[in-house]
Amino acid sequence: MRTGLLLAAVAAAVGLTGCGESNQVVVYKQGKYQGKADSKPWDSPEFGGEKARWETAIKARNLNQNEYRRIGG
Amino acid sequence: MARMKFLCDAERCIECNGCVTACKNENEVPWGVNRRRVVTLNDGEPGERSISVACMHCSDAPCMAVCPVDCFYRTEEGVVLHDKDLCIGCGYCFYACPFGAPQFPQSGAFGLRGKMDKCTFCAGGPEKDGSEDEFRKYGKNRLAEGKLPLCAEVCSTKALLGGDADVLADIYRERVLKRGKGSEIWGWATAYGKPEQKPAAPAPQPGGQS
Repeated sequence: MRTGLLLAAVAAAVGLTGCGESNQVVVYKQGKYQGKADSKPWDSPEFGGEKARWETAIKARNLNQNEYRRIGG
Repeated sequence: MARMKFLCDAERCIECNGCVTACKNENEVPWGVNRRRVVTLNDGEPGERSISVACMHCSDAPCMAVCPVDCFYRTEEGVVLHDKDLCIGCGYCFYACPFGAPQFPQSGAFGLRGKMDKCTFCAGGPEKDGSEDEFRKYGKNRLAEGKLPLCAEVCSTKALLGGDADVLADIYRERVLKRGKGSEIWGWATAYGKPEQKPAAPAPQPGGQS
């Protein structure tokens, strides 16, 4: 009786081994940047720290890629 | 703040390699290093598609995660850049990147692998903007001049778009809605125009000769 129970427990343990659900997705841990600090693009001589003017220039270039707007469609 | 991304429209790319040439010229990229390249699927068969590939400036970049010296950083505009003074040329980022973006100059003897080089979204690197050092190590900093990457701006069919992701998504959406889908966008009718409609026969005049 006892041996039977033991065998049943072992069989259950072996049988259910594959049922475990471990996380299959790799979780990346981002490192902390160790290099030199970079300046902002609007701190360049062309824009002199004027972020709004830089954003306007970039947005105009962005929208210029839409030929339906640029040449009409 | 803008999230700078590239978007390549495979329906428009004509595999001219203009983006590749523009990138190499603008940044004076050394021989053997290709920051951008054009990949063609089903080459030579009807319905082939080409796509221009470079660093996609991932929001959750695997290269940043695997770098043992942590030389990568992401700018406020979402551009993934790296410090070449820190890079040891180990090549981990090359294996981690799903787009094959990291490139290694191999001009030295005994298969020497130099410091990693990749697309910078024409945003230079961690040197003084517009300086000689920045150009030598990372190439042109067009973003600091208020311009977008040259590969996208030079694209003749506007297949390759670069810039703020929200604006690009709007442009692409408008484009897809206008051009339709299926045979409307590829094939004979698109290239040479749709067959002309036959003119309607004039209505017979009552009691008159035609």
